[in-house]
Amino acid sequence: MARLALRGATMRFGRRTLFEGLDLELGAGEFLAVLGPNGAGKSTLLKVVLGLERLSAGSVLVDGGPPRRSAGAVGYVPQLHAVDRELPLRGRDLVRFGLDGNRYGLTVASGAANRRVDTAMEAVGATSFADRPVGLLSGGEQQRLRIAQALLTDPVLLLCDEPLLGLDLHHQREVTELLDRRRREHGTAVVFVTHEVNPVLPYVDRVLYLAGGRFAVGAPTETLTAPTLSRLFGTPVDVLEVRGRLLIVGGDAEVDDDAGHHHLDHPHDDTRHGAER
Amino acid sequence: MILSYLQLPAVQHALVAAALVAVTCGVVSTFVVTRTMAFAVHGTAELAFTGAAAGLLIANNAIAGALLGSLVVATFLGVLGVRERDRDVSTGVVLAAGLALGVLLLSYYQGFASAATNILFGNIFGVSTSQLVLLSAISVCVLVVLAVVGRPLLFASVDPDVARARGVPVRGLGLLFVYLLALTVTEAAQIVGTLLVLSLAITPAAAAQRLSASPARVIALSIGFALLAADGGLVLSLESTTVKPTVFIAAVSFGIYVAARVTGAARSQLRRAAL
Repeated sequence: MARLALRGATMRFGRRTLFEGLDLELGAGEFLAVLGPNGAGKSTLLKVVLGLERLSAGSVLVDGGPPRRSAGAVGYVPQLHAVDRELPLRGRDLVRFGLDGNRYGLTVASGAANRRVDTAMEAVGATSFADRPVGLLSGGEQQRLRIAQALLTDPVLLLCDEPLLGLDLHHQREVTELLDRRRREHGTAVVFVTHEVNPVLPYVDRVLYLAGGRFAVGAPTETLTAPTLSRLFGTPVDVLEVRGRLLIVGGDAEVDDDAGHHHLDHPHDDTRHGAER
Repeated sequence: MILSYLQLPAVQHALVAAALVAVTCGVVSTFVVTRTMAFAVHGTAELAFTGAAAGLLIANNAIAGALLGSLVVATFLGVLGVRERDRDVSTGVVLAAGLALGVLLLSYYQGFASAATNILFGNIFGVSTSQLVLLSAISVCVLVVLAVVGRPLLFASVDPDVARARGVPVRGLGLLFVYLLALTVTEAAQIVGTLLVLSLAITPAAAAQRLSASPARVIALSIGFALLAADGGLVLSLESTTVKPTVFIAAVSFGIYVAARVTGAARSQLRRAAL
């Protein structure tokens, strides 16, 4: 059964269409990179799969059923965000939220739960800083904890929203390798939203490229090409391969390794836009 | 000297009332610190003052007024300050206007002058049995609700995006907490007054988080510190006839905070030296 199935998925906000008629099936262990400029609908798509937003038309199935938020079938790794240095929370407490953070009432400390948290932290190499305050950890360490947290419920599908943002190259590699191992060993399907494809390119099975209300789905070699991207953006776009990395250069669409931003005329970032509602 | 005072019913009432307030504040302050809402506490307290002044003027009932005032403010803050960045600013704006209104109301109050100062500085030795029952009810209510929603609330405070994705009603819990805060502030204001509510509603957890990062341990320490400050300050105040108990409570609370900061700093120095 498909881990994620989108059929005729359409998303509109007012007169603006983010995507229309999107069909996509994701099997066990598949790694999908979702690319596109800010405001193209990448984060909105994740919200749909999480059950936080409803499609304007079409359907979404997670593991054969409608998205259910509390079920834990979907793991979610967000962008790195600043944590107060004095926040009274240890690494293991953050991870523990993955298990019972959404449950009400007091719980009795259980050995089984603690062991699950320990195992999850071991799997991401977080044991050494398990008891340190989260606010004192590096970005890479925090993202490893968030992955451990997302994996605690053994999700069939893992959604990552720009999890590499703010990480240096070394930590980027650590995090992507972690995700790759997980999907190989446990068959967890991975949806990876990013504006920078190069760090994950070696692992990507398929790419979903969203831009200007249009989209393209397929293997990286099919989607990340000059003709496909030119069609999406409606302007000439070139794709250059430089030392194993892709550089996407376009009329008003530009992605490079350092800036990593598309300079397209989109009024706002859909991540922030959605969070306020 | 102090021992003979402890036989007095008024003093015993005061000690029980202080303990009730301390336990509630100890728990609530932990969430206040986690949600970085210190300024909202301050605002709620100042407007509890406005409510108390209005209650005193209209119905000769300061507590009911304070409760109403802080609940109105809580609603306002909860709805207005959705985004974190705006919360401090909106609190400040409401605060200034409300405080002026409170002062205006008090200038029309013709009753006992002490009733007005009690709002500002608390009236711990004037706690009647019926007030004690009310304080207990507020404490039990706040603590029970926090026992039920504490974990999702902490999750929502620390990681709102992921919490929302896991089905935690982040906004609803935030609003609920502002109401719990309003109740707690009103309760604490009876003991330490609206001016010094922060010494019980923030300082204990602020001290506790210097000593531990474990949420459970911070809550436990915070309760302990609040009890020590409230009841300890009260006992110390028995020796003085001129200085109000709230001063002693605030002083002990601040002393604990300074000691916790020093201890915390010394411990991290030692840890660094050991590496």
